[in-house]
Amino acid sequence: MSDNHGHDDDHGHEPDHDHDQDHELRVSKIRNGTVIDHVRGGQALNVLAILGIDGSQDEEVSVGINVPSDRLARKDIVKVEGRELSQEEVDVLSLIAPDATINIVREYDVTSKHRVERPEEVEGVLTCPNATCITTENEPVTSRFDVLEDGVRCSYCETIVRDEIADLIDSR
Amino acid sequence: MRHDHLITSKHLTREDIEAVLDRAAEIDADPDAVAGKHEGTILGLLFFEPSTRTKMSFETAMKRLGGDVVDMGSVESSSVKKGETLADTVRVIEGYADAIVVRHPSQGSAKMASEFVDVPLINAGDGAGHHPTQTLLDLYTIRENAGLDDLSIGIMGDLKYGRTVHSLAYALSNFDAHQHFVSPESLQLPREVVYDLHQEGASVREHESLEEVLASLDVLYVTRIQRERFPDENEYQRIAGEYQIDLETLEAASDDLTVMHPLPRVDEIAPEIDDTDHAAYFEQAHNGVPVRMALLDRLLEGGVSR
Ligand SMILES: [Zn+2]
Repeated sequence: MSDNHGHDDDHGHEPDHDHDQDHELRVSKIRNGTVIDHVRGGQALNVLAILGIDGSQDEEVSVGINVPSDRLARKDIVKVEGRELSQEEVDVLSLIAPDATINIVREYDVTSKHRVERPEEVEGVLTCPNATCITTENEPVTSRFDVLEDGVRCSYCETIVRDEIADLIDSR
Repeated sequence: MRHDHLITSKHLTREDIEAVLDRAAEIDADPDAVAGKHEGTILGLLFFEPSTRTKMSFETAMKRLGGDVVDMGSVESSSVKKGETLADTVRVIEGYADAIVVRHPSQGSAKMASEFVDVPLINAGDGAGHHPTQTLLDLYTIRENAGLDDLSIGIMGDLKYGRTVHSLAYALSNFDAHQHFVSPESLQLPREVVYDLHQEGASVREHESLEEVLASLDVLYVTRIQRERFPDENEYQRIAGEYQIDLETLEAASDDLTVMHPLPRVDEIAPEIDDTDHAAYFEQAHNGVPVRMALLDRLLEGGVSR
């Protein structure tokens, strides 16, 4: 497997060494952890929010924002040292970064690489934007959203959110 | 989760609906046949916002079946005022009652409550969400007056916040009905509902003026436009006035047009219409009892889907 620069070299695309190599050196290599690549440009900070990373813990994180990419034109990259993602985190990630690839890095080598998949529903991570939804009240209920082709829908009040899904992420 | 709650009309099939309406018709024809059938049964009424009619209608239905009701009283005097959650309230009342009716101002409240109890739970209105028992009595009235096949129905007024409208529209998508939604632009059906109706393949059209469709309608379902939706009194007067009907309006309608309203009305239907053959709204309100009797009978026997 390749090293963890995060080239656009999967799924039949030609690697675009010319600029990626160059730009991505700005984002340092990690030894053990996860590289989340092909995040849609501008979504990296939302990825951090999903992972609950706000800099207050001692996690070592590198972020590249609006890095040129042949697949997405502009992409973001997030590299987290010493951390592998839970399925729940990957599920929510898929909603704001549907093209993302998750690379698991061990001893500087990418040991596995896969695309995110959209789940059928996500539980407990998004807050319903409808102020009169029962899930926003002081009830012992976990938020639950069905995942639609082009958005998410609250399983309780049925509100559909298409564009601003990242705004619903619970700040943990 | 049990499948004998009634939370939304969205998942009701044509068979579910027809079974309840047929049973209601039997009960309507011979109420004595079911009198006392559910003796000893207790229905818990949890109304977190006032609705005297819906509550009395359930109460009457249960009593006619031989059962009784327990009632938590007004929200002001209950533990809810002290901050008890809905989830706790239904879990307590479940211990007293064989079935529970919930009216609550929050959307999704009935669905959530149903996840905490093992007795049948009926949604009697969850905010701007659903009101499926109103829908069943609406459908019963429509069937009696115009039939449910090849129906052309106009639904007019506040379509945005009107839960009775949303529930009715979902249920009608099971039938061969042409639904015409008539409202000011600011009170159009929520896009979510339109999205769902299109997914269901329902025949749906939206209009700003009743004139465009009135002549073709079998049923006109009128709802109230609420003053509080408008910041400006003049704006309210102007808009509400366009969605009121009187005898003159109905000159353009078919002689067979059935006019319905979930009541209470304010001034959207002129009283002069009450004495005409068009008016079906009082009959509609009365139909609440046999329909709710039919529904309770089926739920208590464990025989209805969601
Ligand atoms: Zn919601």
